[in-house]
Amino acid sequence: MPILVNDRPVFVPDDARVSLLDLLRDRLELFGTKKGCNQGACGACTVLLDGERVLSCLTLAAQCEGRAVVTVEGLAADGALHPLQQAFIDHDGFQCGYCTPGQICSAIGMAAEAARGMPSVVTADLEATDILLDRDELRERMSGNLCRCGAHNGIIDAIGEVFRGPESAGGAPR
Amino acid sequence: MSLLDTVRDAAGRLTGHPEPGAVPDPLIGKPGAIGRSLPRIDGPRKVRGAARFAAEVPADGLLYAAVAYSAIARGRIAFLDTTAAERAPGVVLVMDHRNAPRLKPPALFMTKPQAAGASDLPIMQDDSIHWNGEAVAVVLAHTQEQAEHAAALVRATYEEAPATLDFEAAKRRSRHPDSVMGEKPVLEQGDAERALADAPVSVDLIFRTPRHSHAAIEPHAVTAWWEDGALVLHDATQVLNGVRWTLADMFGIAEDRVRVLSPFVGGGFGGKGSLWSHQVLAAAAAKLAGRPVRLNLSREGVFRLAGGRTPTEQRVALGAREDGTLLSLIHTGCVAMTPHNNCPEQFTFPARHLYRADAIRLEQSVADMDMLANTFMRAPGESVGTFALECALDELAEKLSLDPIELRRRLEPERDPTSGHEFSSRHLLRCFEMGAERFGWHRRAPTPGTRREGEWQIGLGVATATYPYQRMPGGAARIVLNRDGRAVVSMASHEMGMGTATAQSQAAADRLGLPVEDVTFEYGDTSLPAGTIAGGSSQTASIAAAVAAAAAVLATELLKLAGNDSPLAGLGVDEVEMRDGGIGAREQPDRHERYDSILRRAGRDELVADAKAPPPRELKRWSMHSFGAQFCEVRVSAVTGEVRVSRFLGAFDCGRILNPRTAASQFRGGIIMGLGLALTEETQFDPRSGRIMNPSLAEYHVPVHMDVPPIEVVWTEQPDPRAPLGARGIGEIGITGVGAAVANAVYNATGRRIRDLPITPDKLL
Ligand code: FES
Ligand code: FES
Repeated sequence: MPILVNDRPVFVPDDARVSLLDLLRDRLELFGTKKGCNQGACGACTVLLDGERVLSCLTLAAQCEGRAVVTVEGLAADGALHPLQQAFIDHDGFQCGYCTPGQICSAIGMAAEAARGMPSVVTADLEATDILLDRDELRERMSGNLCRCGAHNGIIDAIGEVFRGPESAGGAPR
Repeated sequence: MSLLDTVRDAAGRLTGHPEPGAVPDPLIGKPGAIGRSLPRIDGPRKVRGAARFAAEVPADGLLYAAVAYSAIARGRIAFLDTTAAERAPGVVLVMDHRNAPRLKPPALFMTKPQAAGASDLPIMQDDSIHWNGEAVAVVLAHTQEQAEHAAALVRATYEEAPATLDFEAAKRRSRHPDSVMGEKPVLEQGDAERALADAPVSVDLIFRTPRHSHAAIEPHAVTAWWEDGALVLHDATQVLNGVRWTLADMFGIAEDRVRVLSPFVGGGFGGKGSLWSHQVLAAAAAKLAGRPVRLNLSREGVFRLAGGRTPTEQRVALGAREDGTLLSLIHTGCVAMTPHNNCPEQFTFPARHLYRADAIRLEQSVADMDMLANTFMRAPGESVGTFALECALDELAEKLSLDPIELRRRLEPERDPTSGHEFSSRHLLRCFEMGAERFGWHRRAPTPGTRREGEWQIGLGVATATYPYQRMPGGAARIVLNRDGRAVVSMASHEMGMGTATAQSQAAADRLGLPVEDVTFEYGDTSLPAGTIAGGSSQTASIAAAVAAAAAVLATELLKLAGNDSPLAGLGVDEVEMRDGGIGAREQPDRHERYDSILRRAGRDELVADAKAPPPRELKRWSMHSFGAQFCEVRVSAVTGEVRVSRFLGAFDCGRILNPRTAASQFRGGIIMGLGLALTEETQFDPRSGRIMNPSLAEYHVPVHMDVPPIEVVWTEQPDPRAPLGARGIGEIGITGVGAAVANAVYNATGRRIRDLPITPDKLL
């Protein structure tokens, strides 16, 4: 069975060692997904696998057979930007842009986790079904995505605006 | 008059004066695109993942490279067995010192105008080994998986030679470097040691900072191929023309036979500001294979082949009168270096320009070690030098029972304390005032360890930030004015996240009197006019000066083209300005002709102007520095010793700010790297083997989202009358002073002085 990458069927490579990340970059030339460490430490390679965020460098392509992968290139219909992509521009949530696709895919997966009621280490009420993604929740849940340029404030503001509404974003750049 | 003089002269007139800096840039104070918070021009590409980085350039017949690294620090390869690697599936060739193309050693940075070598050691030319982790073989294969598997099959045995691997031992044989970035390693005014001994109040302290890694999220990478004896190199670099010149020199080919492209760089911070061995190895392997090669360093490879910041041991001694004024200022110390590079981490530079003192003694030494060459990393010198100096000042203030900001007020000099030059523009005290008010500095408890919420001890700290203004020589720009009145401005400059294209489009728009939408800024390719290194916070000024020179040439040409049928007839270039999409007489608002009209009448499709920037002579006449005040609030757990930064504010005096949105991001980025320097970052170097022990982002700890509080950034907005555009550069100052602000806040919270970075919990328990 093929892998669905951004709705396009793709055959699983013969070499069982090929990671989802290298499938995307080296075989499919989908370079939007970035390689920062290839060992699960930076989050730059984050994509959505059946809607959940995964580190594609730690995911074998073979594990994705019959499943749906969405990369940064597949977030929005032709030409348009996903609201989160636009919010990253508005809040200057990046500098070099290398961690950015991973941050964006990760945030989309993160919001879905929170919507399912999945608590984080800073969630006060573990039973709560309605988790408010305040600044600390966002910072904690996004801490697997490194940014060396230091765009953290803008990233959290952008995610806050899209997944919590603009009034609570706070700390916007002057 | 030479052509260059003509250009310089013309540039002088349009920017005010032939002598750089003598007359303020006429764009200062002129309303326009500069100062607007425009979103990044390349933003949509970056958020879509459509910005192409060096490892993402497709090529037909591409081979993937992997590197095998030495396991000893010094000696020679006794036996190298590559047969298993060569036989592994998919492998095309293995390159080692026996079959690598013969190359000259790289010219070391600063030894020639365009030299960019991080070290002058030969690269894979013989069996000698100079550091633990040096490349011993490069494998080329059809896929990355095949290349990496085969690289693991390379077998090497070594004859080890004695190596200097322990900084403590190496320090005992330290030496003065020939120069510290052009300055003398020892500077003495008066007898500072005696003045210290006689001072009624004094501190005499030792500070240590560890090795740091740039840890850009994009690993160093190149895609390289040869075409008819010419090299095309897609690189991740901050120094396009330096890489081009140095590679051409090594391969023995003309400079114009090398083209380097680098339109997007995934973070640099100085780590991509040199020619390292991987670029050379990729080019050499591509030559050997006769096919395109991609060498995307693994994260470990980055730590093995691209150096970082060196460790420092610094002494700061301050002798003061009872009123705080300094009788003696001493800042000395030692860093690790190699005999093959020249990066002495100029940690005494802040003390050369910040404070008034009767006697001054500054001294920098280096200890030679057998290690990968160290290099510049964001504010080399100033980042770690301000840690020592600004912590010492905090300790002195406490001894004097003075507020630390008040102490700095009493030390403010009239002129540069060591050069004697007039400051071009200095508003350090204004930074402290702005910052203190916004941050609520008055809430700081003067007695340490007195504010507490449960287990959390709360403290505030402050420190001075500083970084020099720099403008690099050798840059050139081209302006192409089209028939429709739009302009394309080009220069081989760099974008690592600073927002170069955005800010420079704004600046060029104002220079040419065009709306910003009508200006395109091209960069990132050595086929454009020569750029200068994106380092030393110099790129903005370096580009601006070259564009101003090109604009002056353009104006001269336009006046010629305009001829006698134009309202401009009879005007000289010193009587006009570029405004409202054309050229106009300075004093007469009605005398004006639009660019499109001039070109159309002359039957021209375009007009091209090329010019070089004048040499940065302003640096010789004035003391030009940026300043800032860093304010930090920490919460320190009394139970675990964990330090959390809860609030931070930076107030900066960097001249004119071209784009507040991107500038704020750059300041924050520097501050956040400073938080890492203060609290978590250390490249661990094994003194027995010389091997870096934590070559991964899991073990080298950069700040993550949870470590970063909301950071407020403000600035004085005082244009520098001596700098092009009135702007002094902002890329590095953000990291300076942060280590000290955090350490001083930790002291205020806990009563503990930590003088060894990073401030990890074990040091507080
Ligand atoms: S590349 Fe996958 S986590 Fe870094
Ligand atoms: S924007 Fe450069 S690493 Fe995040």
